[in-house]
Amino acid sequence: MTESTGGIDMDEDSSGTIKKFAFVNRKAPYGTIYALESLEVVLISAAFDQDVSLVFADDGVYELKKGQATKSVGMKNFSPTYRALEGYDIEKIFVEKESLDARGLTADDLVVPVEVLTSDEIATLLDEQDVVLSF
Amino acid sequence: MKFGILVNEGPYTHQAADTAYQFAKAVLEKGHEVHRVFFYHDGVNNASKLTEPPQDDRHIVNRWSKLAEEHGLDLVVCVAAGLRRGLVDVNLAPGFRISGLGQLVETGIQADRTVTFGD
Repeated sequence: MTESTGGIDMDEDSSGTIKKFAFVNRKAPYGTIYALESLEVVLISAAFDQDVSLVFADDGVYELKKGQATKSVGMKNFSPTYRALEGYDIEKIFVEKESLDARGLTADDLVVPVEVLTSDEIATLLDEQDVVLSF
Repeated sequence: MKFGILVNEGPYTHQAADTAYQFAKAVLEKGHEVHRVFFYHDGVNNASKLTEPPQDDRHIVNRWSKLAEEHGLDLVVCVAAGLRRGLVDVNLAPGFRISGLGQLVETGIQADRTVTFGD
């Protein structure tokens, strides 16, 4: 039981099972801790060899915005971590089109390559998941 | 059916903390199984034994401890979220234990349904 293993008990019989996990990120990166702590779960999930997708919607699209300047609010800019996800084999990153449009953003404004889906397509994607964790 | 429960909000602050408990209780009363209750974000504060609400109010922490004792529930508090908020072994209420986020992912794998209570 240590933080480094994320409490993974290697004796438990979860090896071999692969489920579809979606992490839905709906909050702005700063102001609340949801975005940061969601990212921590995502990183741990990589150790379990699951089929992981990330979805960004509502103000959650701001989590991926380029050029986050957080020094003046005394917060650590954790957006570079999203670029490291590829190294954890987490490459399915979906962003809701309506949320981007409403905020005047496009995929070019984001720190990682994403697939832009409509709200309906996101709904279909979530319907196909075994586990949806929404933060 | 085997349920996993994720509690993301603090006690006396957000309805999610109460609803998660009511849901867990209902699940058990219906004869289902709760694989684990995982406390994350401000939800870790549901595990503080220093909690002392006014006497005419519900005791959210003791309520979980009692349910755990009656049903052998596995109540797990995220170590990283707990450390951030000063929730460590010394102020952990009975029935709770501290472990890592891997326990949440493992619940997602093991349970038939993982239900989130949060904002």
